[in-house]
Amino acid sequence: MDQAALLFHGFSVALTGYNVWLMLAGILLGVLVGVLPGLGAPNGVAILLPLTFTMPPTSAVIMLSCMYWGALFGGAITSILFNIPGEPSSVATTFDGYPLAQKGRAAEALTSAFTGSFIGAFVGILLITFLAPVVAKFALEFGPPEFFAVYLLTFCSFIGIGKDPADKTILAMMLGFGMAAVGMDTMSGLLRLTFGSPALMQGIDFLVVVIGLFGIGEILVTMEEGLHFEGKSARINPRVVLQTWAKLPRYWVTLVRSAAIGCWMGITPGGATAASFMGYGLAKRFSRDPDEFGKGQMEGVLAPETAAHASGTSALLPMLVLGIPGSATAAVLLGGLMIWGLEPGPLLFQQQPDFVWGLIASMYLGNIAGLIVVLSTVPLFAAILRIPFSIVAPLIIVVCAVGAYTVHNSMFDVWLMALFGGVGYFFKKLDYPLAPLVLSLVLGDKAEDAFRQTMLGSKGSLAIFWSNPLVGSITTVALVLLCWPLAASLWRRSRLARRVGIPAGAAGDGGTTA
Amino acid sequence: MASGPESAGGASRWASRGAIDAVVGTVAFAVGAIVVFDSMSMGAGWANGSPQPGYFPLRIGAIICLAATSIVVRAVLRARRGDGIFVRWSQLRRVLAVFGPMLAYILAIAWLGIYVASALFVAGFMRVAGRYGWAKSLVVGAAAGAVLFWLFEIQFLVPLPKGPLEGWLGY
Repeated sequence: MDQAALLFHGFSVALTGYNVWLMLAGILLGVLVGVLPGLGAPNGVAILLPLTFTMPPTSAVIMLSCMYWGALFGGAITSILFNIPGEPSSVATTFDGYPLAQKGRAAEALTSAFTGSFIGAFVGILLITFLAPVVAKFALEFGPPEFFAVYLLTFCSFIGIGKDPADKTILAMMLGFGMAAVGMDTMSGLLRLTFGSPALMQGIDFLVVVIGLFGIGEILVTMEEGLHFEGKSARINPRVVLQTWAKLPRYWVTLVRSAAIGCWMGITPGGATAASFMGYGLAKRFSRDPDEFGKGQMEGVLAPETAAHASGTSALLPMLVLGIPGSATAAVLLGGLMIWGLEPGPLLFQQQPDFVWGLIASMYLGNIAGLIVVLSTVPLFAAILRIPFSIVAPLIIVVCAVGAYTVHNSMFDVWLMALFGGVGYFFKKLDYPLAPLVLSLVLGDKAEDAFRQTMLGSKGSLAIFWSNPLVGSITTVALVLLCWPLAASLWRRSRLARRVGIPAGAAGDGGTTA
Repeated sequence: MASGPESAGGASRWASRGAIDAVVGTVAFAVGAIVVFDSMSMGAGWANGSPQPGYFPLRIGAIICLAATSIVVRAVLRARRGDGIFVRWSQLRRVLAVFGPMLAYILAIAWLGIYVASALFVAGFMRVAGRYGWAKSLVVGAAAGAVLFWLFEIQFLVPLPKGPLEGWLGY
């Protein structure tokens, strides 16, 4: 088989001493980042990215993607032991993970979380291995209109699938596009939105924005509650691991269902967080005793973790194949690809087989290594969490500042990071989604180029987006998704108004959160 | 971005969610308007058979303004019914206790270099927010600065901003 040969070649690329060392370093840093509040996978990768500029791209992507796996694993540790989700995607893990820890079954909960994560990731990687080359071959036929239609579909599905208010999603997304436009226009060479400031001529770097929004913003939100960590301690011994594994086959339906949800949500930009909630919700609905959920059910830990990890992994599929990342972290990795001089998209599979298959092979190895690392180092990371926040918080800010500075060696970027820290605080508290903002900031220039090239070809007529069945159906699906929240809320209102007998305008507005 | 707490009786003052939502929406509207005006001045139509540089940003700016209007209107409607708390004064004080010193720290980097500024920032934060003793705070701060120096100046060879102390030490 073709793929198998390529995959074996990938293993030979990934299994050099240097790359294995980077893999382990990436996983350990990733778990650390996933455990610490205020440092998550997106800004952890963003902070480390400038240090990889001089590395070979394959080694760099192996380290950074392993950091991503590590962060996904690490999020479960804080959820279970401290009832604090270290990553948004592990919120659902707290529902049953923490009760299990309170009952003294923390080791069991952690083992199921890690194993669930591993299974989810494994399914995601299998999907990438076999589906990615096929999609890439298909996408080779794409021209600018098709690419713009796919971009449109990505952004519209944020609005249609996301649970945040539609107007806030649109605003966040458009702010990202606006920021991407700052600086030199790629086609005309003119300066846009710089207002005569030399510092803005380089444009606004997405890494700085990510570090500000996710790093500083998170610290500010966390500080509100003035943290006092109260954690359960856990030590995992091989006996508990084997006992837990022996119980796993019982939950195979949940595992398969969660993995499938995760893969779907990862390829469409639904995100790991939504996937984990859906995995949990469905496991509860189909369970024979749903009332036991929330009180410490192993299935309640397995379901969200499997879905989150499957989603996080398969988010790399559209990134590799189409150049469209399925999550904020994948967006940062995509930005890294462009910095390392690789053009993401279908051609990557033909021109850079070493890179693509090295990365895919490293996913297998990284997740196996990750599982072993987290199972054996839980006490260490739990101890790190006991360091008081008044020491950890300034250290995280220092790391963020250094990370922002090293992007372009400029103090302006550090100030920009502080500004976006403030923006992140308000956006997080007001339910503005941050992932679409990062995505549009990374993709802004490419989306604009695709749009302008399409317009050049069609002399400004939008009919080109329906000029053939492929582009036409993608565009139509995108527009349906775009209008979905509006139609749903109108329908709800008219039904509500009819039932209560009041004018539609006064009925409750959709999309607010409790 | 000012977020003046609205008075709601003495000690437990807080800012309403709707009010802050409206303020943030208004700021976003202003940003959208700036994008629109900048694109217009650049030319946002067609010239010589191709879209001008402002073509795409103009539309982005216009959508920002539309979305922001929707957010402000919804926020005002909700605020009338009286909705939740955005932040309590006591919480905001804790947030500012991080944000303020952080700005001072960034300012200090330009004068003292990043290593010394980081050491002082960590030590100061531990002393003031964590109420640690001076000795412990300074030791942890200095260690943080030293590790940073070792990592970036010696291991990664990435030049970070340096100040008088590093100059005196010969770096």
